Amino acid sequence: MAPLLEVRDLHVELSTPEGKVHAVNGTSFQLEEGEILGVAGESGSGKSQVFLAVMGLLADNGRARGSVRFQGEELLHLSSRAMNRYRGRRMAMVFQDPMTSLNPYLKIRRQMTEGVRFHLKATRREARAKALALLERVGIPDAARRLGMYPHELSGGMRQRVTIAMALMCEPRLLVADEPTTALDVTFQAQILELLKELSVEDASRSLVTITHDMGVMAGLAHRVAVMYGGRIVETGPVDDVFYEPLHPYTRGLLESVPRVDAPSADLAVALPGQPPNLQRLPRGCLFRERCPRPRDECAVRSPSLLPLDGEHAVACHEVNP
Amino acid sequence: MTEPLLSVRDLAVHFATKASWADRFKGNGGGSAVKALDGVHFHLREGETLGIVGESGCGKTTLARAVLGLVESSRGEIRYRGRELSKLGRGELHALRREVQMVFQDPLASLDPRMTAGDIVAEPLKTHEPRRSREEVRRKVRDMLAKVGLQPEMINRYPHEFSGGQCQRIGIARAMVLAPRLVVCDEPVSALDVSIQAQILRLLTELQRESGLSLLFISHDLSVVRTICHRVTVLYLGRVMESAPCDILYRRPRHPYTRALLSAVPVPDPRKERARRRILLKGELPSPWDPPSGCVFRTRCFMARPRCAADVPLWRSAGKDRGAACHFLPSS
Repeated sequence: MAPLLEVRDLHVELSTPEGKVHAVNGTSFQLEEGEILGVAGESGSGKSQVFLAVMGLLADNGRARGSVRFQGEELLHLSSRAMNRYRGRRMAMVFQDPMTSLNPYLKIRRQMTEGVRFHLKATRREARAKALALLERVGIPDAARRLGMYPHELSGGMRQRVTIAMALMCEPRLLVADEPTTALDVTFQAQILELLKELSVEDASRSLVTITHDMGVMAGLAHRVAVMYGGRIVETGPVDDVFYEPLHPYTRGLLESVPRVDAPSADLAVALPGQPPNLQRLPRGCLFRERCPRPRDECAVRSPSLLPLDGEHAVACHEVNP
Repeated sequence: MTEPLLSVRDLAVHFATKASWADRFKGNGGGSAVKALDGVHFHLREGETLGIVGESGCGKTTLARAVLGLVESSRGEIRYRGRELSKLGRGELHALRREVQMVFQDPLASLDPRMTAGDIVAEPLKTHEPRRSREEVRRKVRDMLAKVGLQPEMINRYPHEFSGGQCQRIGIARAMVLAPRLVVCDEPVSALDVSIQAQILRLLTELQRESGLSLLFISHDLSVVRTICHRVTVLYLGRVMESAPCDILYRRPRHPYTRALLSAVPVPDPRKERARRRILLKGELPSPWDPPSGCVFRTRCFMARPRCAADVPLWRSAGKDRGAACHFLPSS
């Protein structure tokens, strides 16, 4: 069976007054139905740009090359009108800051029902009933009254629940959550994570992508993980393989740099010295070379490809795949 | 026993809000007060790092501002080296500001975009040691920049030419250049990526080891606090819930809020995460205008009983540096 989403050699360039920024530099992956993929990486790793390109939501100065196939159909060259048949209908996105993704001028009801009225031609009453049911599902107390409220009348955690409910209105096959808990306090973050887990169990055919810099969030949620660096996937595999046997030096360094509440010792290693690469002037070869503890000669010449080791675990590193 | 460097007792900071038209109409009189902090107490010794932990709205930033003398306290006392802050005159306050410095959360926003890195680090020297020669100032600045891990040629660059981590290094250099005894860090690594965060935390501990200064480390991130602090004080809605040395607090939290906080933090270990039972707190943060009666945490507490609504729990000390405010603490 074809995967739900198949991305091949995706490149994203952003033109800025200072020149082109190479945000995504040849990313390929696929997503099966019902799978939870976690995309990890630090600022500027391209993790958000990949999915903005998939959703057709790149900023005006952004251009995508490569191939994005969703249920077998190529999306990258669709007109924005044609793209509207997918966005919000078959795939939906939840963003980091619910206050900027909700329209402050519109009541919750209007924002939630707009999509389902447009895509599924639902009547006003059907749409309201659906919105009400979903608000209750995501754990919003007193849901009927909330429908008549404006975003500013809700707390941060509640707003994020609303955006999740809103994304589910048309029963999309793919839900992309970009840092869904980063703006929230830890006790509300825990609530949202539990909710996302429950939702994936309920509808086992829906696929979920969580984009996050938080390796703890990733560990609790994802089935499979892709670690990005400099706009490329450097390591991918089942969550246990990547966390317990990380092979790429960046993944290792990243995991060692995470402060943990559960570690036996409180000491923190500085495992990744230096800075991430300049995406305006990409160096030749491996982008991680300058921060790598064991660079080889060929790392300066040739960019390592993402090669599978055993089963689904794949790494882009010359040392691992000589 | 010697007096701690900083000791705070029964500190309250209340902000009066103006009475709205509707309030006056309803006869509610002169507006209400937000109790940003109420009865906060802690102490900090020389060479020690104390973490102040809590979620949004718990009063951590107000606390930082009160310690620096930037907001007036409504009650209680803040003693720095035995002298009460509110009783200091202008000159004494100026001298205090030299010894007490601050590092801010947003590294770029806390630096003046029109000043070079060198000027930014030189400014405190020019304010507090105006008699130093230009060469001396320049040499001190260069030494300080080197100490925080910046190259000498960066001295003439502007903040926008630096990455977030480098900006935070400049902010730290500015705070450290006067050799302060106390540095208040308000979420100093929250805006940084984990790899850079580890670098900055390491830098802070190294500077502390060298000079023996004390750090008041304010953060919402319990995992970060654990790596750098000796002791932790947990705040909720402007009140202290629990205080303990780090190694005890993380192994055996006693207050239900601390327990819930710790159980909510995700850990980068898939098997542990799958097996974990989280304490999920119900409900929303209560409004600071209208905090719950009795224990402020009771509306979200999983252990709340009728007594919690009636009586404010008293601080129960459990040995040196350790205590909590809850009616139903487990026996230690």
